Amino acid sequence: MAEQVRRLWTTAGGRLTWPGASLHIAHALSAPAVALMLLLLVGPLVVVLGLSLTDYQLGADALSFIGLDNYIAMAGDRVFWKSLRNTAIYSLVVVPGSVGLGLLAALLIHGVARGQAVYRAVFFLPVMATLIAMALVWEFMLHPGFGLVNLSLRSVGLTPQNWLNDESLALWVLAVIGIWQGFGFNMVLFSAGLLGIPRPLYEAAAIDGVPAGWARFRLVTWPMLAPVTLFVVVVTSIKSFQVFDAVQVLTKGGPNKATEVLVYTLYAEGFEFFRSGYASAVTVVFLTIVMLISVMKTRWLDRRVHYT
Amino acid sequence: MNRASAAWSQAGRHIVLVALAIFVLVPFAWMLSTASKPETEVYSDVLRWLPEHFALFDNLQAAFAKAPLLRLLFNGVVVTGCIFGLQLLVALPAAYALAKLDFRGRDTLMAAVLLGLLIPQHAVAVPVFLLLHALGLLDSYAALILPWTLSVFGIFLLRQFFKTVPNDLIDAARIDGLSELAIVWRVMLPTAWPAVTAFAIFSVVAHWNDYFWPLIVINSPELLTPPLGVAQFRNQEAGTNYGVLMAAAMVVIAPLLIAFALAQRRFVEGITLTGMK
Repeated sequence: MAEQVRRLWTTAGGRLTWPGASLHIAHALSAPAVALMLLLLVGPLVVVLGLSLTDYQLGADALSFIGLDNYIAMAGDRVFWKSLRNTAIYSLVVVPGSVGLGLLAALLIHGVARGQAVYRAVFFLPVMATLIAMALVWEFMLHPGFGLVNLSLRSVGLTPQNWLNDESLALWVLAVIGIWQGFGFNMVLFSAGLLGIPRPLYEAAAIDGVPAGWARFRLVTWPMLAPVTLFVVVVTSIKSFQVFDAVQVLTKGGPNKATEVLVYTLYAEGFEFFRSGYASAVTVVFLTIVMLISVMKTRWLDRRVHYT
Repeated sequence: MNRASAAWSQAGRHIVLVALAIFVLVPFAWMLSTASKPETEVYSDVLRWLPEHFALFDNLQAAFAKAPLLRLLFNGVVVTGCIFGLQLLVALPAAYALAKLDFRGRDTLMAAVLLGLLIPQHAVAVPVFLLLHALGLLDSYAALILPWTLSVFGIFLLRQFFKTVPNDLIDAARIDGLSELAIVWRVMLPTAWPAVTAFAIFSVVAHWNDYFWPLIVINSPELLTPPLGVAQFRNQEAGTNYGVLMAAAMVVIAPLLIAFALAQRRFVEGITLTGMK
């Protein structure tokens, strides 16, 4: 019976269609999604591009087309370059840090006989916990006078620091918070990747006399994990380029713009000064970078990673 | 490898893992410790983990009295609940159409969904804000909920799942006279339960913890979401009493952590399965 029905309703592509009505039904079913996509995704992207070429400010009666002036102003803006530089530095610390710790944790957990579930749960806690609330905890931990970090440093005779108010330290502190928060997520992805490596590969390596430990890791684990690693690196890079929460609560881009990052610049321009045109130009730069990271991933995936 | 060296290697692993676990847990422990201390002990220049006078309940009481914590939790539940409900309402039929029906524009729609996965929320913030402003919807529940009713991730995830549902099941439902919409709700939704759970966890965690968007669109104290509320409480109480602030922070993270403790595996699956965003 089902077979007959299928013959009646199946097209060459093997997909079910319902002659006549199906066209309308399918469109009706996807209509809300399509409408919202135009309203909330496609439309806004077009508007951002357009606005970045205008001098629009929220509340202004009119706007005028000013060509690339916003981009030219951005190119001459010290704060913008600082922001771009800080975001890059932050990413260059957080990506290796949280990918490395995630991999380390996954490898170690993979090899212990007991306590795997407990370790996984612990490392995953910061991923779940509201970052804003935890940022406030970090703030008090880093309190110059009564914070845990300085009290500990003092008790062993080291010099306490003014962590979040020191230009040369604040960005690094934020990066440590970023690593603390994010590596558990990467650990789970790596754990899944490790489970996917076929046992016989290790057995073969052992028979061929490859010693356990580093040599076997380099020969079997690392290449087999390559696709997962690439994915984790890309996801972490994109996330780290969006760093905002901790910055907004803890430093507001300061001291002296030392922790000004791209999304914070976007937020300040667009929603504190309401310079929508300029904020749109910042958005375009931000989006371009994020898209470039994604494109690089697809490229690499096509070219280099062909193990499975 | 002989037995002794295997035992050493196990011990070595545990030592590193415990060190990492301490790094992860210290902020949580410090939060609990500070929230348990009376004000005089919070501002002590001697390092103590355990309070001399246990003041956790006083601090919790003070937090509930000074900050509208119940209101925050209520708003968190309403906003995340509405967002997920609407996302599901929009995504299910679209995902079914993409997975099982043949129609003009399907490939374009699928391409748009995949492209949408790459767009971070900040990229559309300015125009969506202007749209809400034009509609007079800023500073309302609608401003918190409506921009998130479309989840391209939800569509993608459910579509992948629906692809694996056998066509015979749908044929049988059609023969029984079910309409396509009824198939979505009465056949596809029940079979897609694991994917829906994962999507729910992902969506609720993301929006419970979201700070950027509520910060932009909300002013009224009665509309604050949990992260926004606790941040504002910090600003009001700046430098006064960290014990109370830590107690408030505990209340804000508690619902997700309790849910996590109860359904750990599902949470890890939900957030990582959906880890592409």
